[in-house]
Amino acid sequence: MTILNYTEDHHRFRERFEKFCKEELTPFVDQWEAEHIVPKSKWKQMGENGFLCTEVPKEYGGPGGDFLHSVIIAEELVKTEHMGIMAPLHSDIVVPYISTFGSEEIKHKYLPGCASGDCISAIAMTEPGAGSDVASMEMTAVEDGDDVVINGSKTFISNGVNCDIVIVAAKDPSISNPHKAISLYLIEDGTKGFEHDKKLEKMGMHSQDTAELFFTDCRIPKSNIIGEKGNGFIQLMQKLQQERLVCSIQAIAGVEHVLEKTVNYFRNSDAAVGSIKAEQAVQFELAEMTAESRILRAFIDQLILGHMNKENVIIETSIAKYRTSEALNSIINRCLGFSGDYGLSEKNTLVRMARDARVQTIYAGTNEVMKSIIAKSLGL
Amino acid sequence: MFELSKSQKQIVKAARDFAKGEFDKDLAYELEKSRTFPIQVWEKAADLGFIGIHYPEDHGGGGLGLLENVLITEELCHQDSALGYAISHAGFASECLALFASDEIKSRVLPQIAEGKALSGAAFSETQLGAIPLALQTSAVEQNGKWVINGEKTYVINGGAANYYILLCQTDLSVEPADKGRSLILVEADSPGIKVVDCGKNLGGNMVNTADLIFENVRVPASNLIGKIGKGTDYIQRYFDDSRIMDAAQAVGIAAGALDRTLEYTKGRVQFNRRIIDFQVTRHKIAEMATQIELSRIITYKAAWIRDNGKTDSKLCSMAKMTAAQTAVNACNHAIQMFGGYGYMTEYEVERFYRDARMIENSSGNNHIQKDIIAAGIVGKN
Repeated sequence: MTILNYTEDHHRFRERFEKFCKEELTPFVDQWEAEHIVPKSKWKQMGENGFLCTEVPKEYGGPGGDFLHSVIIAEELVKTEHMGIMAPLHSDIVVPYISTFGSEEIKHKYLPGCASGDCISAIAMTEPGAGSDVASMEMTAVEDGDDVVINGSKTFISNGVNCDIVIVAAKDPSISNPHKAISLYLIEDGTKGFEHDKKLEKMGMHSQDTAELFFTDCRIPKSNIIGEKGNGFIQLMQKLQQERLVCSIQAIAGVEHVLEKTVNYFRNSDAAVGSIKAEQAVQFELAEMTAESRILRAFIDQLILGHMNKENVIIETSIAKYRTSEALNSIINRCLGFSGDYGLSEKNTLVRMARDARVQTIYAGTNEVMKSIIAKSLGL
Repeated sequence: MFELSKSQKQIVKAARDFAKGEFDKDLAYELEKSRTFPIQVWEKAADLGFIGIHYPEDHGGGGLGLLENVLITEELCHQDSALGYAISHAGFASECLALFASDEIKSRVLPQIAEGKALSGAAFSETQLGAIPLALQTSAVEQNGKWVINGEKTYVINGGAANYYILLCQTDLSVEPADKGRSLILVEADSPGIKVVDCGKNLGGNMVNTADLIFENVRVPASNLIGKIGKGTDYIQRYFDDSRIMDAAQAVGIAAGALDRTLEYTKGRVQFNRRIIDFQVTRHKIAEMATQIELSRIITYKAAWIRDNGKTDSKLCSMAKMTAAQTAVNACNHAIQMFGGYGYMTEYEVERFYRDARMIENSSGNNHIQKDIIAAGIVGKN
């Protein structure tokens, strides 16, 4: 039961990607978790198979699909139970800044590589001192002839080590209004003064190369400004709807995956090997969680449809991001609670999912920010 | 009841001073990462009398109550969840000896644990658990003055690190129901025939090793039987009453430690030109955390106090364990959220506090089991 218009092509695409995940991603996850990074060659393999930047048109080297292809990638990737290859971040959150706001020159230069996996992208907004309070960022971009000179640091940047390009938000210090001072700049790996090899130790997402980025007199051409100068804040705001929606899709897919696994565990219970039947209290908990999951899925599918019809669903996606990330965390932990202490062994991949899920109420705008937005929309 | 005695307050202060002086953030980080028991800190804790304060004085203990042990445990976990958890588990299940073992065993083993010379572990669980009335797969048969042990135990706390294991095994295979044929036996870890298989990393509590133990014709003296034959199930249930109070104490400490760190962080962090602590929702969250911690502390102290006054109330022990564990998990979860992105970073500690708290919630019976026990205490067995 879905209101989404999946075609035969979409179904085949899902089957193809499901197979790819099983054969090319899942078997390597333990290794990537230990190494705290995914090799760039895997990104390239994703690109070669048409699994990156599905919405980028063919004229820019992309597969020319629609947002439903992105939904499929996000949903199936969750089942690999790791967050190393953050393809949705690359394809559906970062690259759209280039495809929507970039000049033709920038689009032709970078989009083919983004789609082929040769050019992994990251976006850098958060700074050590500026998290939820984005406008208080201190990174500077000073114009000098035909160049812009960038100084400052960014933190918690996903794909931070692997990235071949990063879109950074920085302020022109000569403009006092913070909302008008921010622009987005595209910076290539290897640019003098740009360092991005400091990986951060985290609770989870171990295969994800989250890093701190440092810019010291980093000089780039003015043509690397994304869109119009001073439009950074507006551009960021415009893209938040899709960002929050993508986060919500991943979260609800996670909820469904965890519930399916847990229900299967109890359904296949076998006293001879130590697995147990679901007692009544467990049955009721699973019923509660299933109810929550189904209701959230209906909401998310409705938002996907609205988003594809270019409707303004920014408040609804804020609600979805808040509610699905909370549900994901609570449902994984309730499912883990069914087992004893041995259930918290790292051999149980639900444990990894629990650690990975914890960041989802924090990144891409904390749930406190989401609640502030919702409250504001109520006229409060 | 509502105020600690002067000597109890001194114990609290001593434990706090010790933990503040000896516990170190970098040490905790390294030991958790390498899954190493904090040997030096443990030895110092033992030197100062913080291990086995509730054992009898003539067996190397402090001759004090479980409440005193609760106070120490709380302070250690307050200062650091993982170091506190590890030291609290040094003499894991040794209470079974203090409660039920012969004087010979007590005087031989308990002083070593209290002095920081030996670790103990519990070999209770089995993979092929099945329903309770089924016989345990691990058995001990008496032959020529020895117990001959065969079978496999899983998820043994301090497995591979302990000097002594408290083993639950089937000593009578014919009795019905089978749980009446179980006994506790003390097993020296260096007995020939024990194979240790590491269980690997866990979500938390990683300074404490967990392992599977495989027993193949392991022989220990007949006198290693703990208490009476066939009483294993009763003993363990009785022991779990005490251990759940200790779980609760760890949880209260971890929750309080998370609150401390949250206060410190939110006072120092400014966003939107305000300290995070100055936002009303932050202050209310702090209020909820502090209230839950206070409730958990009171019920934990009460459970310990009742125990020290010669009674046991299994349902109260389970209430304390369930409530305190939930409090700790919630407090640490809120802490991570209030730290924002930094909360997710290992360096800021609260994510480790959260992981350690989760271990307590799932150990000694998950919340469903605690509710079964509490309900049984109120309405009788189902």
